[in-house]
Amino acid sequence: MVDKVKIYIPDDSSAISVGADDVAQRVAEMASAQNVAIDLIRTGSRGMFWLEPMIEVETGAGRVAYGPVTISDVDRLFKADFTSGGDHSLALGLVADIPYLAKQDRVTFARCGIAAPLDLAAYKATDGFKGFEAALKRPQADVVADILASGLRGRGGAGFPAGIKWQTVMQAEAKHKYICCNADEGDSGTFADRMLMEGDPFQLLEGMMIAGYAVGAEVGYIYIRSEYPAAIDKIKGAVEVLQDAGLLGSNILGTDFSFNIKIRRGAGAYICGEETSMLDSLEGKRGMVRSKPPIPALSGLFGMPTLVNNVLTLAAVPSIMADGPEAYYAFGQGRARGTQPFQLAGNIKHGGLVELAYGVTLRELIEGYGGDTKSGRPVRAIQLGGPLGAYVSASALDTPMDYEALGEIGAMLGHGGIVVFDDSVDMAQQAAFAMEFCAVESCGKCTPCRIGSVRGRETIEKIIAGECPSDNMALLTDLCDIMEAGSLCAMGGLTPMPVKSAITHFAEDFTRSDRGQEFDK
Amino acid sequence: MLNIYTMRRGIKLMSDGEKALMDLCTSHGNNAANLLEILHDVQHENGFVAPDDIHIIADALNLSAAEVQGVISFYPDFKTTPPAKHTIKICRAEACQAQGSRGLEKNLSTALGVKMGEATADNHVAIEAVYCLGNCALGPAVMLDGKPQGRATVDGLLAQVRKG
Repeated sequence: MVDKVKIYIPDDSSAISVGADDVAQRVAEMASAQNVAIDLIRTGSRGMFWLEPMIEVETGAGRVAYGPVTISDVDRLFKADFTSGGDHSLALGLVADIPYLAKQDRVTFARCGIAAPLDLAAYKATDGFKGFEAALKRPQADVVADILASGLRGRGGAGFPAGIKWQTVMQAEAKHKYICCNADEGDSGTFADRMLMEGDPFQLLEGMMIAGYAVGAEVGYIYIRSEYPAAIDKIKGAVEVLQDAGLLGSNILGTDFSFNIKIRRGAGAYICGEETSMLDSLEGKRGMVRSKPPIPALSGLFGMPTLVNNVLTLAAVPSIMADGPEAYYAFGQGRARGTQPFQLAGNIKHGGLVELAYGVTLRELIEGYGGDTKSGRPVRAIQLGGPLGAYVSASALDTPMDYEALGEIGAMLGHGGIVVFDDSVDMAQQAAFAMEFCAVESCGKCTPCRIGSVRGRETIEKIIAGECPSDNMALLTDLCDIMEAGSLCAMGGLTPMPVKSAITHFAEDFTRSDRGQEFDK
Repeated sequence: MLNIYTMRRGIKLMSDGEKALMDLCTSHGNNAANLLEILHDVQHENGFVAPDDIHIIADALNLSAAEVQGVISFYPDFKTTPPAKHTIKICRAEACQAQGSRGLEKNLSTALGVKMGEATADNHVAIEAVYCLGNCALGPAVMLDGKPQGRATVDGLLAQVRKG
């Protein structure tokens, strides 16, 4: 009997959004019609979205790729004998040799796109649970010390040292403690959490289990936004697999450690990505921001000490435990250690996920990896770090991507999203949108955010319309200062960042006289 | 199970729907912390949360109807009227703007004759704003009846919703 040919097609929702399911179905039909024995494996995505749907075929030399494949290409691929790695105009060669992928420092995303996401044996075969097993053999304080030594900082946006947070929760004394994974990835231009949850869910769960052991929590919650239905399904499936395998539940691996994970869905509110708002939402309430102090590490979910970490922070933990903190610390520079999954989005030719050590320049990411704009027009503006992040101009391209270097140019890394705009962008309109977004998504608890955002949008519209522009600009600047200084959380506090950076770097867009009817309110 | 709701209603019999809703709340431990999950489940089953449901849920979870209503109104996902046959969620966030989502939104809205957040008169198609679907490299991104679509076009979407 001939061995079945292994064919890999992503079931990542980005790949599905451009037809991966249809392609997979067609491949299965054609294989059956042509009597080619195949083993069709659905994986996560490699993160090269312009090549999706991308098919990979296992050959003697390694896995070769074809993409982007449309349903009408499938017949021709069979004619070209692609199941033996045959040549075709869509052939991309060995996956491992594709420069976009080959040049990356894949640590957190090392497994993504390789095996079926819920294949526990495949996960274990690639060092899965090695970090967890190593952690269980050591005192809790040592595990926390390793996280501190690794230099890992919160990947959600704030960049707070993870080890310090872990230590605070570990040292807090309480009847119950909780781990809360923030998977409410609402920032435009970011999709790394989604990709990871869909492509390598066990790694996130393993990270939560290590965190639970280290700080003394028995329950972990994952708060996933409802816009990510596929990620919710994958994580639910992964939790079930681990429960069935005895890796979640009571006395895991014969130790005293018991841990379980619960999944909670968000409901379309961006603000619930703010940690205290997420905690209120997890308690079944309106997602209102809480005043701090007390910090969630001491009084969080249901008033108990709670470790709130982003998906990528927790997903980085297993490899730190398995390979040692030094290995992770060796990546990066200055106070930004480890790797960052950057996400190239917007008007860019080669959009996708690029995991690299901190310190890579914005130019290398946008020109080297991204291949410049998709429209072919010049890059004019780049928004870094989501809707609350700064707009920078092409003059910032040589900035190294790390927390401090970006801070120096008045920008922030956030969750690693990079959104590229070409020269057709109207930056006054983008500034108005930043205020509008804040008005739509504000929880309404504090006045600077709730009212300031509405007035901010109105004021920018007046400036655009040419109504007392200099007076209104002074008013807007003052309003931005008040929002920054007086808001309870980052929603109102950072909304001025895209607004002010647009004014600073693209002042000409606020005084254009040729706009006419083009600007639609 | 006897709770405040059944007591208040006295001898009046519960409908199957009411019974099912109470069972759903029981399956969530009648725990107020699970309110969002309960609302998601109700909406998955019925398409929306009916006003009567609010009272049943409130009683089961020992909340006031106002508290349940407050949660429903806070989260854009929860609806209190029957949904359109097809719902197109259009991403309005920056990464999609950079890929032409403003034009898509405008043209689709014109073609369907509805504003953002509204449904056609026959409740066949509704368009809703969404801020990021996590498909930022393949914009403009939309979700049609819960299914993600990248590089969306007006013609492509119209063809799909006009099929039936």
